[in-house]
Amino acid sequence: MTTADGKPLKVSLRRALRRQRIWAFLLVAPLLLFILVTFIVPVFNMALRGIENPQVHDIMPQTTSALKAWDGEGLPAEPVYAALVADLQAGYKSKEIGKVATRLNYEKVGMRSVIMSSARHAKRMKDGPYKEAMIHVNRAWGDPATWRLIKRESAPYTFSYLLAALDAHYDDNGDIAMLPQDRRIYVPLFIRTLLMSATVTLFCILLGYPVAYLLANLPLKISNLLMIMVLLPFWTSLLVRTTTWIVLLQSQGVLNDLMVWLHVIDDQGRIQMIFNKTGTLVAMTHILLPFMILPLYSVMKTVPPSYLRAARSLGANPLVAFWRVYVPQTVSGIGAGSLLVFILSIGYYITPALVGGQSGQMISNMIAYHMQESLNWGLAGALGLLLLVIVLVLYSVYNKFIGIDKIKMG
Amino acid sequence: MGGNPDQFVRFLNVQKSYDGETLVVKNFNVDIAAGEFLTMLGPSGSGKTTCLMMLAGFEAATHGDIILDGQSINNVAPHKRDIGMVFQNYALFPHMTVAENLAFPLKVRKMSKSEIDRKVKRALEMVQLGHFGSRRPAQLSGGQQQRVAVARALVFEPKLVLMDEPLGALDKNLREEMQYEIKHIHEDLGVTMVYVTHDQSEALTMSDRIAVFEDGIVQQLATPDQLYEKPENAFVAGFIGENNRLHGQLKSVEGDTCSVALEGSDGIVKALKVNVDGVGGRTTLSIRPERVVLDPDSDQYPNRCQARVEELIYLGDHIRARMTVSGNSNFITKVPNTQRHTPLKRGEVVNIGWATEDCRALDA
Repeated sequence: MTTADGKPLKVSLRRALRRQRIWAFLLVAPLLLFILVTFIVPVFNMALRGIENPQVHDIMPQTTSALKAWDGEGLPAEPVYAALVADLQAGYKSKEIGKVATRLNYEKVGMRSVIMSSARHAKRMKDGPYKEAMIHVNRAWGDPATWRLIKRESAPYTFSYLLAALDAHYDDNGDIAMLPQDRRIYVPLFIRTLLMSATVTLFCILLGYPVAYLLANLPLKISNLLMIMVLLPFWTSLLVRTTTWIVLLQSQGVLNDLMVWLHVIDDQGRIQMIFNKTGTLVAMTHILLPFMILPLYSVMKTVPPSYLRAARSLGANPLVAFWRVYVPQTVSGIGAGSLLVFILSIGYYITPALVGGQSGQMISNMIAYHMQESLNWGLAGALGLLLLVIVLVLYSVYNKFIGIDKIKMG
Repeated sequence: MGGNPDQFVRFLNVQKSYDGETLVVKNFNVDIAAGEFLTMLGPSGSGKTTCLMMLAGFEAATHGDIILDGQSINNVAPHKRDIGMVFQNYALFPHMTVAENLAFPLKVRKMSKSEIDRKVKRALEMVQLGHFGSRRPAQLSGGQQQRVAVARALVFEPKLVLMDEPLGALDKNLREEMQYEIKHIHEDLGVTMVYVTHDQSEALTMSDRIAVFEDGIVQQLATPDQLYEKPENAFVAGFIGENNRLHGQLKSVEGDTCSVALEGSDGIVKALKVNVDGVGGRTTLSIRPERVVLDPDSDQYPNRCQARVEELIYLGDHIRARMTVSGNSNFITKVPNTQRHTPLKRGEVVNIGWATEDCRALDA
């Protein structure tokens, strides 16, 4: 097809729309840039930390290349030891060797002192043969397992953080193995996080559904008031909301005092409701409830009351009419709210940290611990990456079975 | 059970108020016979839908009794009334197929699967949608959805079916087609129907009787031809069909007829005395456009007056002429397009007349 002057129609159409497209892009550009700089790049960077492994590769370059030829059987030959000594000397001088020591210690406890003491000794070594000298300095250098560890961790990228995040590790022979049952931390924590998020989501549905129904069906004057009460928590600081629960639920708190006063429980039998799982569940349900109510409300607002009336006129009692006719039409709202609440709670941090105690901790508290306390950013990155993968998998499952286009946010 | 078949549905002194200050339905009384097609007709806000909702059970009557088949149903829940209902926007359940929609009332009545299948099939065939059972309502056209809604209201064989402006969303042609279809279904099944509409031609087409609502009061309850030809007050005369009004003062009464002095001119006309106060009171004369005659013979038509032609509209089978008569510039006459009619001109002054029995003196 061509236009009147003979140009192809598609070309003319593109040209005619170009101005609009440029405008549209310019309008979006600031947000795009903002998201890119403050969100996509950091997330990508953090995820990369979960697999990158520069310490051995960069600080011990000679050992790394010398080990390339070693087949992993028996002890490596003299040149490898010479390269080790040279790297240790250089690393000691530049004060970088500590990073290698820390990195290898993650994989095998005790490697920090092996590396640090060897480095101190290597500083004084003038000439070879280095093999016996090093084995004399630390018997670990006479163990092929040590060398296999160094060879493995001299690769620029590693799965060991991800394995650690899944409670697995490379054993001495370099095979992947699960940690013994009593030393597993992260998998149980992931499971607890998922279970608690699911419970919070369920509570939010149970508590939010009736509220959303009222919001959508009451006269405007009353429903506006109700809406303000739903939104009120949004306008209060998260910290205030969480600490309020401490005041209410702690063992010397309002609720326990009330129950003692009413003789429901006696003074010795005060119930521990905070600084454990219960506390986290209660506080998170409260805080995330609006995220369930609002999508539900917006869906319910579009369901005309005549459907319920039709069902009743056809002979369904109120319960059947509600369950068979009303609820199915709000499924998209339940789905949207659940997805929102579940994904938000899976990465929730402040509330579990404040009211969770020991048993109410979630995986994000562990990530924060590795970011701030243990400074094992690689493991933190790997845990974050796993969390991201779990969320994406859930999202795609949701998309497959309910359809993301069914989501209505308001 | 065992109620009088002429009083299958009864409204007895029914009143309804939403806010406790004004009555939406002021005093509603009607007896509906079994098998009757009764239409409640009126402008929006006249209380007709409220009456229907009270009958269906979605609104409670503030006062009075609603009786169905000899029993008061004031305290019967909607789902126990066994009344089929067609809603304004059909209210077909969007998450169910057409067949599931039809099966819904049967399932909640715990019928067997084979019986449900049989009845759904028969109902779909009745509305000529035999092959549409597996579709979703959203995949049907407006007319088809309408038919499904009718079928769903009938499939569980209720004795009474209510329809709340069911054809309002359809275009004109389809609406007329559906009017006949619903009328035929009613005739075939013999079910009692109560129909609410604000469209007078719809009401005239379908109904056995029509209750004309205005301001919470039934202005007249009669058969379609009576409503058109013998309206009892000015509202009904104006609401049903086209109508010319002339205001005047009652001069004297002679048996069934009366003499009225027109307000805009000094002429005196004779009219049927239908709904007037005493001599000296104001009255509205109602004359149908098609009953007005041009150049009448003086002995046949005692009522004659002069009219100026203001506007002529050619409509094929007749010519619509707007005239000024006795100060009313909206006086419409229909001049049949016969071979020997004299062509009218704008601005021309002509003689018009009408028979005394075609002119009804109503309330002012």
